[in-house]
Amino acid sequence: MDLTTFLIQCLNSVQYGLLLFLVASGLTLIFGIMGVINLAHGAFYMVGAYLAFTLASLTGSFEAALLLGIVLSVVFGYVLEWCFFSFLYERDHLQQVLMTFGLILVAEELRSILVGNDVHGVPMPAWLAGSIALGPDMTYPVYRLFISAVCLAVAGGMYAVLKHTRLGMTVRAGAVNREMVQSLGINISLLYRVVFAAGLALAVLAGMIAAPVSSVYPGMGGQVLIVCFVVVVIGGIGSIKGALVAALLIGFVDTFGKVFWQEAAGALVYVLMAVILLCKPQGLFKQGT
Amino acid sequence: MASLSSLRGWAVAFALLATLPWLPAPIGTPYHLELATQVLTMAIFALSLQLLVGITGLVSLGHAAFYGAAAYAVTALAPQGEAGNGWGLLLAAVGSAALLALVIGALVMRTQAVYFIMVTLAFAQLVYFVAHDSPWFGGSDGAYLYFKPAFSIGGQLLFDLDRPAVFYGFTLGCTAFTVAVLTLVLRSRFGHALVGIRHNEQRMRAAGFSTQGYKLAAFVLAGALAGLAGFLYATRSGYVNPEILSWHQSGNALVMIILGGLGSLPGAAIGAAAFVLLAEAFQAMTSHWQLLLGGFIIAIVALLPRGLVGLPALLTPARRRAPSAEAAPAAQPREVLP
Repeated sequence: MDLTTFLIQCLNSVQYGLLLFLVASGLTLIFGIMGVINLAHGAFYMVGAYLAFTLASLTGSFEAALLLGIVLSVVFGYVLEWCFFSFLYERDHLQQVLMTFGLILVAEELRSILVGNDVHGVPMPAWLAGSIALGPDMTYPVYRLFISAVCLAVAGGMYAVLKHTRLGMTVRAGAVNREMVQSLGINISLLYRVVFAAGLALAVLAGMIAAPVSSVYPGMGGQVLIVCFVVVVIGGIGSIKGALVAALLIGFVDTFGKVFWQEAAGALVYVLMAVILLCKPQGLFKQGT
Repeated sequence: MASLSSLRGWAVAFALLATLPWLPAPIGTPYHLELATQVLTMAIFALSLQLLVGITGLVSLGHAAFYGAAAYAVTALAPQGEAGNGWGLLLAAVGSAALLALVIGALVMRTQAVYFIMVTLAFAQLVYFVAHDSPWFGGSDGAYLYFKPAFSIGGQLLFDLDRPAVFYGFTLGCTAFTVAVLTLVLRSRFGHALVGIRHNEQRMRAAGFSTQGYKLAAFVLAGALAGLAGFLYATRSGYVNPEILSWHQSGNALVMIILGGLGSLPGAAIGAAAFVLLAEAFQAMTSHWQLLLGGFIIAIVALLPRGLVGLPALLTPARRRAPSAEAAPAAQPREVLP
């Protein structure tokens, strides 16, 4: 493997890792703050990809689809939490698992009724469709760099909001001790609704920006969901920083695993997770960091 | 705990189920026998998971590993050109599931709560990828079992599993065996210790119980019983593929026991029956059957906090007059997750 190939694989790893982070950060927020094991998070990712496909063909512009999709997903998340989750927090956590499982089935089937079961491609905007030269005879698509840039911007934005705003402070406090937050006069049900909407919007955004490279197909959510659970658990539940580190780690292990050891690539990520959890049973980072 | 009335309930249920092959045409057809066999196999699988999740409080999302390992063991060990020895294959299937559960269990017991869910999932995914990507188990195409195993004593064939009614009876017997084992476990000191671990593991340890050992024993027993279900699956369908090891399979089993009612043996069986039969019924109605199943699950979560076993209690007038009795156990979150 020469240097340019190595560099390209590194870029691929970072891009895959950052995209995973985008999905997993929503999952870890919902997981860490609300204690909900959201099996439907992968379905939200799929909804995002299909939104990108539908809205882009309706509006004729990928950028407009992106903006519209984010607004829609925040509203959708807010309503979804109110309809299906607001009454579940008092109950056994497994009830929420069952609820999210039901939502997956409904989401997949609604998708099949509304859009059908075909595989679709989403055209990328013209200004991102090119590629840049790396070395004498290698090129790298600009769109993949765009994905990484968007993910980094979102990560930076999340860091700023969580560390330097009042809302972020409340969210971090809620992850550590929800009863205390509630008794200090903070409307916890509103906080939950906002966190859920934000988490859902992150998954939808990830699905939308991934759509042009991954194409749009039924069942795309399930695959992402499990890898994201791995990311969340390796990073430490409820830790955004942990999710970032773990997502990049998995991005590298998975990409280079596929290059060097094709047969075992599928299992490598899980070996990594098992080893890390057997050494550090609570994940790499503490909750609320 | 298993009281006399619940034992009577099981006896009545099994007696009714045993009459199925003799029922007149619209019910006792080979199709219904096949469906009922499928329900019973899933019931054994769900019951085995109930021991872990509902009774010991260990939420596993990797239970399909043991089910699938046993099914793969049957196809891998059975001879190609003739019927294999049923006793040997049954023992090998259940044994390999138990052995796998012992190895995985010894490793995962270090972790707790949500981390436990994820580590069990990770190991199950490992098993899945071994079956899927390695050359020994047929890869993604799966493997076939050409002859149903023969159960014979002294050269005399005991029963002929090729006949649907006989296979159904055999599965029913295995289900009864599973229920009997789990009922005995629940009544024993071992079972009481497991329930105690679910409620408060630290207190159990302080009381002098080596909780790790108890949890591991439960994990192995649950794995072995899941192996029994896997053996039945492989012999009935004659075909295994990596899908039976996938996390969907583990997830389905978890959904069955939550749907039926956590911590209750009848709940596991009812949940499995409801899941398989509803999926079958909805599939017959529309090609978008998952929408109906999903809607049903959501409605159950919203309306029945204790699962399907909570339904009779909701319908009896005595309970309706005292709603607090219904709400009290549900309002107290069980210490399964942090």
